[in-house]
Amino acid sequence: MIEENNLKRRYLAQNIWFTIFWLSMILIAVVLGSILYFIFSRGVKVINWEFLTAAPRRGMTEGGIFPAIVGTLYLVLGSIVVSLPLGVFSAIYLTEYASPRHPALRAIRTAIHCLAGVPSVVFGLFGLAVFVKIFGFGVSVLSGSLTLGIMSLPVVITSVEEALKAVPLSFREASLALGANKWTTIWRVVLPSSLPGILTGLILSIGRVAGETAPIMFTAAVFYTRGLPQSPFDPVMALPYHIYGLITEGTRPDKQIPLAYGTAVVLILLVIAVDFIAIYWRGRARRSRKW
Amino acid sequence: MEEIKLRIKDLSVFFGKKQVLHQVNLNIPANKVTAIIGPSGCGKSTLLRSINRMNDFFEDVRIEGEIIFDGNNIYAEGVDPVTVRRRIGMVFQTPNPFPKSIFENVAYGLRIQGWKNKKAIEEQVVKSLQAAALWDEVKDRLHSSAFDLSGGQQQRLCIARAIAVEPEILLMDEPASALDPIATARVEELIRSLIKKYTIVLVTHNMQEAARASDYTAFLLLGKLIEFGPTNQIFTNPQKKETEDYLTGRFG
Repeated sequence: MIEENNLKRRYLAQNIWFTIFWLSMILIAVVLGSILYFIFSRGVKVINWEFLTAAPRRGMTEGGIFPAIVGTLYLVLGSIVVSLPLGVFSAIYLTEYASPRHPALRAIRTAIHCLAGVPSVVFGLFGLAVFVKIFGFGVSVLSGSLTLGIMSLPVVITSVEEALKAVPLSFREASLALGANKWTTIWRVVLPSSLPGILTGLILSIGRVAGETAPIMFTAAVFYTRGLPQSPFDPVMALPYHIYGLITEGTRPDKQIPLAYGTAVVLILLVIAVDFIAIYWRGRARRSRKW
Repeated sequence: MEEIKLRIKDLSVFFGKKQVLHQVNLNIPANKVTAIIGPSGCGKSTLLRSINRMNDFFEDVRIEGEIIFDGNNIYAEGVDPVTVRRRIGMVFQTPNPFPKSIFENVAYGLRIQGWKNKKAIEEQVVKSLQAAALWDEVKDRLHSSAFDLSGGQQQRLCIARAIAVEPEILLMDEPASALDPIATARVEELIRSLIKKYTIVLVTHNMQEAARASDYTAFLLLGKLIEFGPTNQIFTNPQKKETEDYLTGRFG
């Protein structure tokens, strides 16, 4: 009898917890759905061919957002050029070369984790001080890419490190036993095997970089440019900053707020599109790896 | 007595403060299979991995003594472990093919040595797969993933990969322990066929395997070499009491 009661109680507890888990999941789905619903329902009607391919006109009340799309793509690409090699190289050093018990290594890891928690506006100030002023790159694609690249380094390093650690030791031993040196082993066995994980890190950082406003506010973005940037030293328009501009600096909110929502829709779709490319790529890289 | 391929002299290995091998002296005869047997934890694998300097990768490992290969001590100062490993190949306990195609697995060792000629690589891959008794099973799917092979086939692939670079000595660390009896029989058969070209050192915890596949047997206990001799003699007429006790199953 006692046994039976006990059993019943445990089933009850299980059901309660399952319900809590289920409700949390539903809540998140609802929140996510409503974000998409509100943005899309307000933004989708301003989107047409002109909106995607033309520059803004008449004090940002008409025309399109083409320069901002291009600017955001430039910044994303530029930040990848900065963060991917630097992140992959330092992750390789941290996992493959550095002695795991070295105290300096722990300090560096902690520093990387702290860096991940630094507010993005602080990165913006850093970029302003160092790249814009001291290096004299000015407000430009270059300064913005460097700032965004440094901001996304912790994400890239951490995920690449995880990816490298996930490569079985037996692969490395097999390669070393064949007379490969450490670098050959890393280049020919470890890196190809960890490609899916490296791409995951890339996807995460693209998502973050494309949407950031604060780091580019002082380093790369302007409200309006005549035409597209001609060199890395030119400033750009960027989607998140364009939204910010339309909402805060507008003189004709009736016309500009719908444009801001439209821009948001484009930004979301752009991030999703870039993510899908990377996910597709990762899937292809994964297919040959089953261990 | 046959030609000696490798002389292990007073080899002691320490991991931190723990001594794993105690002054082991062992001569490995050329073109024979030498089995190293003993209970788990006796230092068999450590001894094997000392021969191609695979212990170098462990932190705080300390190695004393000499291993003379071709007249030179492989632990002498200035010897690059990479050059040692090119001449002394290794097959591991669990099959560990790379996540690449069957062909690329075998070609790997050639490519890292700078082979560029496509035709030469192809010939060597075919030759190695034939020598590893795997060719007939994989000749129609050389470019499919090595992971599509069965465990036994994967292990023979690893053997093909190891012999593709034509090492002089082949070290095998319990190569059949993860395989079923039929696959084991094929691997043992293969080992016997390889001694025409190679000197083989085989670590095994399976005494029957040592009896079936080896010419010489070394018995290791608690990091010490207890006895070494022709396999026949070790199994039928061991000189030391510990060897007899182990072989008759008094401890394991």
